[in-house]
This record gives sequence, C-alpha cells and structure tokens, in this order.
Amino acid sequence: MPRLSTVIIGAGHSGLAMSRALAGRGIDHLVLERGQVGNSWRTERWDSLRLLTPNWMNGLPGLPYAGADPDGFPPAATLVRDFESCAAMNGAPLRTETRVLSVTWEAGYKVRTDQETLSSDSIVVATGACALPNIPAFADDLPAGIAQISPITYRRPDDLPPDGVLVVGASASGLQIARELALAGRRTILAVGSHLRLPRRYRGADILTWMHRAGVFDTPYDQVDDIERVRRTPSLPLMGSDTHETLDLNALQDLGVEIVGRFAAIAEGKAQFSGSLANFCASADLKMNRLLDAVDRRIEADGLQVPDAERSAPTRVPDAPRLTLDLARSGIGTLVWATGYRPDHHWLHLPVFDRKGRIRHDGGVIGDGLYVMGLPYLRSRHSTHIAGATADAEALAGHLAERLPRRHAA
Amino acid sequence: MNVENALKTARNGVNTEALMGARAALAETPAAGQFTWRAECDWVHGTHSRSTVQGFFGLGAEQSHTRAFTVEADHPPQFAAADNAATPVEIVLSALASCLTAGVAAVAQHRGIQLRSVKANVEGDMDIAGILGVDADVRNGFSAIRVSFDVDADATGDEIAALVAQSQKRSAVFDIVTNPSNVKVTVA
Repeated sequence: MPRLSTVIIGAGHSGLAMSRALAGRGIDHLVLERGQVGNSWRTERWDSLRLLTPNWMNGLPGLPYAGADPDGFPPAATLVRDFESCAAMNGAPLRTETRVLSVTWEAGYKVRTDQETLSSDSIVVATGACALPNIPAFADDLPAGIAQISPITYRRPDDLPPDGVLVVGASASGLQIARELALAGRRTILAVGSHLRLPRRYRGADILTWMHRAGVFDTPYDQVDDIERVRRTPSLPLMGSDTHETLDLNALQDLGVEIVGRFAAIAEGKAQFSGSLANFCASADLKMNRLLDAVDRRIEADGLQVPDAERSAPTRVPDAPRLTLDLARSGIGTLVWATGYRPDHHWLHLPVFDRKGRIRHDGGVIGDGLYVMGLPYLRSRHSTHIAGATADAEALAGHLAERLPRRHAA
Repeated sequence: MNVENALKTARNGVNTEALMGARAALAETPAAGQFTWRAECDWVHGTHSRSTVQGFFGLGAEQSHTRAFTVEADHPPQFAAADNAATPVEIVLSALASCLTAGVAAVAQHRGIQLRSVKANVEGDMDIAGILGVDADVRNGFSAIRVSFDVDADATGDEIAALVAQSQKRSAVFDIVTNPSNVKVTVA
C-alpha cells in the first residue's frame, strides 16, 4: 500500500470529525478502528447510561442534532447509531476490526496492525481519554473475596455479588452508579474526595445552557491559568434523565447511600477513609455557588426574564463519618473504582510522553505530524463534549494540512 | 511480673501507681475519661504563629495546666520565611517522639525496668510537590515516617523491643498519625 498522508487511530467522535475535516481538504487518509465505529460506547458503558450532555451538545461532524428534543439525553445506543450515520454520510475511509499494535518512526510513521502495516506522513491519535480506569496501587491489598470493578466493566446491579457495594469516587460515574445500586436496594457506601457539585436545572434552564451562556466552556487552552489543573477536572457531576433530576450527595443520601471520606489506604484489612469529608463538601458547595453567581450576573447583564434563583441546600455531612471499614467483615462484596480514567497509548512507541506517561501536546499538536484528540481540555472545555470534536478537528486539520510534504502530481 | 516489686526496683520518675489507680477509677466512672484538649493559635507574621495551651476538659470538669505553655511555629529560609521556630511538621514529628518516649518510660516503670537513657530519632519523608500543588498525585503529608529508638536500660534486647512495641500500642499520637480522624474546620 502506498504511503498515506494521514492515519487516524480510533473511530469515535474525534476520529470521525478529523476524517471529515481531512476529506474537506482533500487529504488522503484511513481511519483504523479496533472494533466497530464508536467501539467504547458499544462495549465499555453500563446498560442504563445516558449522556449527561443534552442532544444539542452531542452533534456529530456534519450531523448536528435536528430532532424534536434538543434538551433530551440520549442513551449510549443512540449515540452509536448516530456515529454509524455520521461515518456513512461522510464516507469515512474506515478499517474496522483492525487493532493497532504499534506506531513507530522509520523514515515516516509505520503503523503495525493485526491486519497489515501502513506507512503515513502523519498520525492522529483519537483513541479516547477513558480507555483505562485509574486504580490506586493499594487496590492490590484488598481481601481476595471482594470483587473489584470499574465503570468500564460495570453493567448492571444484578451482575454484582449479592452484598453491599463500596463505590469509590464522586464524579459523574461514581454518583450515577451509586444511585443505580441504591435504587436496586443495595447497601451502598460512597467514598468522596475532592469533587464538584451542580444542579441539573437552574432558573428555568439546564445548567449546561447557562454555563455555555456564561462562557465557562470557551476559554482557549493557552489562556487558562493552570492548564494542568483544569485538565485533571473530572467530568461534570450530572446525569441525563427524562426528569432532569439533580444528582448530588444530598440526593444520594436521600436514597440511603452512606457517604464517607476519600479512600486513603488499606491497613490490616480495613479501608481507611480520610477525615476531610466536611471540607470537600464545603468546597464543592462554595464552587457551585460561585458558578451560579456568575450565571446570575450573566442573566442580569442580559436582562433575561427567568425564574428567581433557588440554591440547593448545603451538602449534608454526617456528624462523624465512618473512618474505617473492615472489608472482610463488613458485608461489602464489591468495590467500584470510579476514580477516573486515563488514555491507553501504550502502542505509541515514540518519545512523546511526560514523566507521568501522558502525551505532551500543545492543543493537540504533538509535533512532527503527530496529533492527539479527545483529551480533556485539549483546546477548550468544549473538547470534552461530543460536539466539541468538530472545532478541534478543523483547527488540527488546518495545522496538519500546512505541514504535509508536497507530493508530485501523478 | 509483680507490680509491687517493679515499683520498688525502677526509678524512672513515672508515677505508675497513680496511673494504675486512674485506670481502676475509670472502669467505675467512664465519663470521667472524656477529655477535650485545646490549643489557641494566633498568627504573628508571615508563616510565624504562636499557639497557647492551658485549659483542657477532663475528669468531668474544666482543668488547667499549672501555667500556660506556648508552642511557636514558622518555616526556614529555604521556604522564604523568617525561621522563628520549628515547622508545624517538625512539631508533629516531635509530638510523635515525645508520646512514644513517654510511653517507653511509663511501660518500663510498670515492668520494673530501670532506664538510663532513651533517645528517639524521627524522620518524615515529604515530597513538597504536594503542598506546592505541582503534582496532584503527591500527598501533602508524610509519605513515610521512621522512628529509631536507642534505649540504654537494665533489660534484654527483647525486653526493650517489647517496651517500644507496647508504647506504640498505647500512644495517642501514634494513633493520630497512623489512623484518620474527622476534622471539621469552621469560620466564626
């Protein structure tokens, strides 16, 4: 096969967006996908999951949402169907069921797959930010009788051993899974570290509508004070449902979930939870109210006629949250590590990683024709959203096109 | 070991008799064992602060030290500070060593072991990338603490090892450092 201009690795929203952006510039390329289009949304999501972003934020390249319910929250299966429509409509040059084994530099990029080896002038890494769960090293010290899973492997409450569940982590995944388990009648304990809090609806609209209007998603990556910090910020603590209900620690406690501090260590078979729960909850309330203050200011500046502000009650913190849990004797059968995710770039055999194993990049530009997409705050906070891939792809495709080696016309 | 003999043989300056009496009394009136310890800290300047301790609650009533004590804290020039006193983390290490050392003396007294000298060296490792916010994966506090005891006493090596082991089992600061506590910070 002749050398390609670009190989895109991954056919999710980022890879499809880049494919369309390259096609628009007449740049020859292939999109490699280890499974089918939208693979992680097909195979690494729990059954009940619905996107926490409304339909209008989930538009795909060339396929903006045009349905009757822009404020609705689609299930993962709907998103997968949209991915297929998007790929077909754009005529994306796909190689599905093709797993990349390595990318190396040998006078050009060599992409070895389990099907064939390709050569290209440039590479776009679009394999997603949530490929692997972040699990603390002390997980190895857990008693053997406790099942350990992550949101990537969790499917439904009935799959878990018929005991209590300790969910570790209070961002979107942990909150949603804890809620589902509590509703299924499971005794559920949620370990809570530094976290965020948001109401689903505020002053007559979805909170994300207000956040867009207040401009909080727009700041470009190169104008952020501490890009490292914002890139660590977990996904917003929201859930998508028909009732637009708020998902926070008060709602979970109403369902009987016990909240404890950050899971800090295991000592002598006992889980130890940090005594800082009160501070984490107070911080989340303060941050939420600062954001809502900004929304109020925007509403006032724009002279909008909307309902009056109604703020959530402060997070209820138990007087003496549990500090230890004897894992062998507590009746806990499962531990869900909802402690964040990281990408899986182990096949990228190039010196492009920082000391913590993360790809060094400047707004998605790694250098020498190498690009990465779909990472948190790649170019702005929009980069985290499905629809944000279109603008990122346009910017990076422009950069890529300018730097391709000139070829002689055939 | 016979306690009466022990009290006669060792002169470590710990009134074990009184402590044993308190233990017996507490079995009858457990509420008297509820203590609340306090410190009041005033900011002086920069990172320099001065804490004062005097009153505490215990034995069912408000109590007091015989006088007020102060503990000052600051940071060294390497932290661009005036170095008026030990750092708070060094005070934590000192508190751990003091608590364990008091325990060694008390247990030795109780076991009739005469001490000649007890020295504890404490080290705490810390990566300041945590407190400076450089790396979110690095904790603020100590990653490890080591205490090394050098004990000269009329006892075998195993007996001394047992003293040090028992002092950890009964140490408040050892427990505070090794196990979590709920901490609530409010603004008046």
